[in-house]
Amino acid sequence: MTPTAARAPHEVHPAEIPGRLVKPGSEPILRASGIEKFFGTHHVLRGCSMTVFPGETVTILGRSGSGKSTFLRCLNFLEEPSAGTVDIAGITIAAEPLRSRSRDDLARLRQLRARAGMVFQEFNLFPHRSVLGNLIEAPIHVKGEPHAQAVERAESYLERVGLIDKRNEYPARLSGGQRQRVAIARALTMEPEVLLFDEPTSALDPSLVGEVLKVMESLAHEGRTMVVVTHEMAFAKEAADRVYFMEEGRFVEIGPPEQVIDNPQDDLTRQFLSRFLRAGERAAAPTA
Amino acid sequence: MTGQGGAPIIARSNYLLQYERLAEEILVADRARSRSWRIRFFITWMVIVAGLVAFVFLTIKLDAVFINKWIPFILTGVPVTLFVSGAAIALAIVLATLGALARISSNPIPNAIASFYVSFFRGTPLLLQILFIYLALPQAGIVIPELPTGILALGLNYGAYMTEIFRAGIQAVPPGQREAAQSLGMSDRTTFRRIIVPQAFRIVTPAIGNDFVAMLKDSSLISAIAVQELLWRAQAAGRPTLQSMQTLLIAALVYWTMTILFSFGQSRLERRMAAGDRAVARR
Repeated sequence: MTPTAARAPHEVHPAEIPGRLVKPGSEPILRASGIEKFFGTHHVLRGCSMTVFPGETVTILGRSGSGKSTFLRCLNFLEEPSAGTVDIAGITIAAEPLRSRSRDDLARLRQLRARAGMVFQEFNLFPHRSVLGNLIEAPIHVKGEPHAQAVERAESYLERVGLIDKRNEYPARLSGGQRQRVAIARALTMEPEVLLFDEPTSALDPSLVGEVLKVMESLAHEGRTMVVVTHEMAFAKEAADRVYFMEEGRFVEIGPPEQVIDNPQDDLTRQFLSRFLRAGERAAAPTA
Repeated sequence: MTGQGGAPIIARSNYLLQYERLAEEILVADRARSRSWRIRFFITWMVIVAGLVAFVFLTIKLDAVFINKWIPFILTGVPVTLFVSGAAIALAIVLATLGALARISSNPIPNAIASFYVSFFRGTPLLLQILFIYLALPQAGIVIPELPTGILALGLNYGAYMTEIFRAGIQAVPPGQREAAQSLGMSDRTTFRRIIVPQAFRIVTPAIGNDFVAMLKDSSLISAIAVQELLWRAQAAGRPTLQSMQTLLIAALVYWTMTILFSFGQSRLERRMAAGDRAVARR
């Protein structure tokens, strides 16, 4: 990846942007190109591309209904794109909207999914399993990891999100913030290359948002690769290396947060953000 | 409440005390009301039962000697009824599992087969199905003895109803569960076996219980093909001697008792299962 003049903004190597941690010459870990998505005849995503380098935290901002979540869900094919390809950690999968996948392709798709851990807005913990059960389910039944080893690793991640004392609780006994932290730990147990967050704090009581953001920020700072769809401007400013701003199914502005959030070039971005700032939301929160 | 210092605090505690007393009175009154409701409910029941007993004893003389003589004969039908119901519900569960899998499959062929099965067995009377297997199939060279016929017919019929229950149970598991499993790299099979089925099972357990209780009673239909279960024995004992009042009453009481016992067992089972995720209620 060497910089050339004719590149689209999403292909700008983050190393070219001052202050980035990414080493020059490093290869992207996630690459989505030309993602299109139709719901019926409704054109939801229009040629969305994204490149994420190892260790980067990318946030996707944009108003509700702009296609942010759909794009994220296309990255691990929970939503089948209508066109485009996704490459995550060396596994490339092309959209296959017209036919069902072969057995081999499905196996590769599962590999791709396992390399992209996902955290959902509604947590989606398994209610019939304890906290620990939630965490060891996939390592045991997808990777075939021995039980003891899976438990050991699950416990280390529970410790990581500060919930080791809840290991035997059932999800229904946890608060929303605790559930989301368990969901993050669950995604981590598969040792994914990339973490995808789909509005992880939107279903939370405002008083519980902080504990989840704190975990996410510390993951970002320890060098995890993350793609985060969020409305939390403060998180985007504090933790994001780059911000993708989406409007009507297109990424209209891509760049470091200080550019996209504080000094947007695009009219729509500016409108959206000014409304955010006027509304006195967390966007206004100062960051150190 | 801005009261600082002596006087206002005393005033405030008097105020609170007054309402604490009121709260207690309301509690006592509520309790009394619900107790009186339950007493009246119970008395009404007793009046109905006493009325029925009186009716039976005043209109006809119950022949105690006859009853004593025939009770063992009739009760011998109970194990048959239980066995037929148990075997048929087991068959129904197997059929319903296959049926539900077919109904949610993306393959149109098993889907159509299951759809046809459900439509046909829900669209015709159970008694007709029993008679059809017993009386009509021999014309096609298929002869099945009474007892297997009864189990087969009941199982097929209930399996059709339960197919729809199971399918609904599977579909009642929130789609986010499947997505979470898939996002962790689970295959469709593993997702179904490890994530969907356990949750669907909890959803359908009460329905299986209800169907078993219903089956206990519907199994009486196979008396029509001379399976010697409870109702058949009651009729066999009562008809020739014109003592059907006695025998049918006994059979009714036995069915009723079994139903009450199983319903009780079922509600206990459900409470136990609910205790497993008591949490759900808590938060």
